[in-house]
Amino acid sequence: MIRAFGIAVAALLAGTSANAVTYAITGGTVATAVGEGVIEGGTVIVRDGRIVAVGKGIAVPAGATVIDAGGKWVTPGIVAGMSTLGIEEVEAVDQTNDTGARKSPFSAAIDVAPAISWRATPIAIDRLGGVTRAVIGPDATTDIFGGQGAIISLADQPGILMRPRAFQLIEMGEDGAQFAGGSRPAAWLNLRNGFAEAQRYARNPAAFDSGRVRDSILKRLDAAALVPVVEGRIPAVIHVERASDIIAVLGLREEFPRLRIILLGAREGWLVADKIAAAHVPVLTLPLFDLPDEFETLASTRSNVGRLVAAGVQVGLAIYGGNSGWQARNLPYFAGNTVAQASVPGGVGLTRGQALAAMTRVTAQIFGLTDLGTLEVGKRADVVVWDGDPLELTSAPVSVMIDGVAQPMVSRQTLLRDRYLSLAPGTLPLQYRK
Amino acid sequence: MRNVIMGLLLLTAACASQTPPPRTASAGPAEIVSIPLDPYPSTYRAYPSVTTVIRNAIVFDGAGRKFSPGAVRMENGKVAEVGADVAVPAGAIVIDAGGKYVTPGIIDIHSHLGDYPSPGVQANSDGNEATSPVRPEVWAEHSIWPQDAGFARALAGGITTLHVLPGSANLFGGRGVTLKNVYGRTAQDMKFPGAPYSLKMACGENPKRVYGSKGQMPQTRMGNIALDRQTWSDATNYKRKWDDYTRRARAGTAKPSDAPRRELGNDTLMGVLNGEILVENHCYRADEMANVIAMSHEFGYHVAAFHHAVESYKIADLLKKEGICSAMWADWYGFKMESYDGIRENIALVDHAGACAIVHSDDANGIQRLNQEAAKAMAAGNRIGMGITPEHAFTWLSLNPAKGLGIADRTGSLEAGKMADVVLWSGNPLSVYARPERVWIDGALIYDWADPAKRPVADFELGQPGSGDPK
Repeated sequence: MIRAFGIAVAALLAGTSANAVTYAITGGTVATAVGEGVIEGGTVIVRDGRIVAVGKGIAVPAGATVIDAGGKWVTPGIVAGMSTLGIEEVEAVDQTNDTGARKSPFSAAIDVAPAISWRATPIAIDRLGGVTRAVIGPDATTDIFGGQGAIISLADQPGILMRPRAFQLIEMGEDGAQFAGGSRPAAWLNLRNGFAEAQRYARNPAAFDSGRVRDSILKRLDAAALVPVVEGRIPAVIHVERASDIIAVLGLREEFPRLRIILLGAREGWLVADKIAAAHVPVLTLPLFDLPDEFETLASTRSNVGRLVAAGVQVGLAIYGGNSGWQARNLPYFAGNTVAQASVPGGVGLTRGQALAAMTRVTAQIFGLTDLGTLEVGKRADVVVWDGDPLELTSAPVSVMIDGVAQPMVSRQTLLRDRYLSLAPGTLPLQYRK
Repeated sequence: MRNVIMGLLLLTAACASQTPPPRTASAGPAEIVSIPLDPYPSTYRAYPSVTTVIRNAIVFDGAGRKFSPGAVRMENGKVAEVGADVAVPAGAIVIDAGGKYVTPGIIDIHSHLGDYPSPGVQANSDGNEATSPVRPEVWAEHSIWPQDAGFARALAGGITTLHVLPGSANLFGGRGVTLKNVYGRTAQDMKFPGAPYSLKMACGENPKRVYGSKGQMPQTRMGNIALDRQTWSDATNYKRKWDDYTRRARAGTAKPSDAPRRELGNDTLMGVLNGEILVENHCYRADEMANVIAMSHEFGYHVAAFHHAVESYKIADLLKKEGICSAMWADWYGFKMESYDGIRENIALVDHAGACAIVHSDDANGIQRLNQEAAKAMAAGNRIGMGITPEHAFTWLSLNPAKGLGIADRTGSLEAGKMADVVLWSGNPLSVYARPERVWIDGALIYDWADPAKRPVADFELGQPGSGDPK
């Protein structure tokens, strides 16, 4: 027997619209993403889009809509550490892919924000996987400065852009070397020059404009976009993998002391974990890579995240690398695999609490999303109810709430599934089923 | 599949008659020129094994059965016995699994390890002979670099057999080869003895993009099929010539110099038409699979499996009727137009229709966790009420890919007489928390997560940072 479960749940929850509703999510195993423990049989109360109570034995307020989470798990929504949600529909169909611009004369000034579409189908698809917020990064394609990323909500409504120009993406390492003309030294020159031009621009925009200092290679808008980076008002998310490249990036702050660096990738980070920790530089990475698939990733191991965290580095789980196998909805499995890594003799992984935090609380902290990432009183109510252990392959969300609003549990994929559940010939073609 | 193997044996026997016949005064049988079927034979040798019994385990036999408690005995490189408990011969190594899980080794029907190895630098990029859309003459094994670290990672993921294919730039990509996942100094050292070859074919976007962008045929899907059909038609003609010649030579009316000119590409295609070589067909869209099926009827061959097959769920009934396997990902979609309709229930829906479902990787990372992909697919099916058991889902990883590769009579399940390709897992293999603890191939303990001496390190990784890490 086959049944369309998603639709039933959607019908149950979607009718409730505004966030002026009070919810009581009761009886679940509540993993708050704070610390290691869980609250068995816990209750989460949501009112006006915020979490107002979390714990055991909390009374259900009068008039609250009760979501029975008995036998289920309750967690904060997943914060995808880096992704292309909303700016990409079909990766290889250029018209639908706004991640990179090979023929643009601009670089650092490129801003993904206006491209974000709340109706891009991956938003609903990943929301069904419990992802409620995402860091959206451009793809550097021709220049070490990839442009400015954003932070979005995955709510089913217009206006999902939370923070435009949230960071600058910078590509160093092997790719950066290619973009810069063929070598790492050239990439480093481009980087230093870019920051220096930004400083010059900040000191005197008009002069930069008119004089176009003779050796300037940045466009005015690109230089302007790097000002908040070099002044530390937005972070520089710098993609490097090789240990020596990481050290070089950490050294940037000697020259540009206000720079706020976030490392992306850092697959050889474990070789220099103490230095990353000492520099208080956080890392966004995909924890499953373990192949020497480039010369800059020779030391790749699935123990990277565990070793970084053990050294005191803040690590958030990210989707990057351009392979659609790495979808944001798979972050819980990536997190689960870091737990498994701890069981391997000689391997280092995360505890379950750390693993959950790495895809919720820590990523939110890295980007200063102080009211997201945990189930704590006062936080925005991104609450996911799972039919089992959220890190387990066989589990899935049964309810997803964003800012206290229950989200539809339907995507283009569930509609396709329901259309093809039965292939038996009907009175009309399948295309009439909808 | 048995027919294919029988055919191979017969033709190998025919090949033996190539050795010069005894010259006699009478008009004895003249020399008959034939096409060698196995000019690059496997030099794989199973490593030494000892009789090993794993008891007190939960056994998924890979054919859909579960034994709980369960036990397996490996003897002389073969599975000797499987059941609730098994006989323990004197001198056998006995492993008390303590309730852990035992399965057959995982078989990946779609890999590019060795021909797109790590590191993925241009100098190592040997998977696509993208110089013509029709390149059945190339063989993936001649690109395989046996020092790919990916083999070691796959082993740590429980992969004991894998099929390495050419890429999908071409309509006819060349021959694929089945490997035992045991490192060797040469690709021949890794070849699965006696496994049939495959022909890699590709539908859809890749061939028409690669050649269309050069202003060359194919530029469209209709161009794909037209060029496919012309190629099959030419191959049919080639086969006729060889069949004619062979008949005449056997009747003593053809000299060796009458033998047709050998065309290496057509050798492969004729192998398909003769039922000796399996067709492994990269194809995403349901409507294109249907076109390929019709084409296979037109020219008299059979498709063993559609690979990537993200739309198999739309024609699962047809695939069942045709006896064609689908090799699929659990959830990949949206990376190209023809993958746009991928859904998580694809594998389960194909299986539910009674068609042959296979979980494949096409990816050096994914191959390390095919068990996890099966778990996701099982769960997606169970959420729409299919009641798929873990022991059934495991058939997508072992017996079904073995069928899709024509080796199901030798591996793919824990049944007496089959190769002792066995994995002992730290937990339920359909859980994210489980990892292979030990892997046996042909009864030889070839991986042990707790013993660095039982973890291979490819030449490329020697002396590099992190070399020998458990990874």
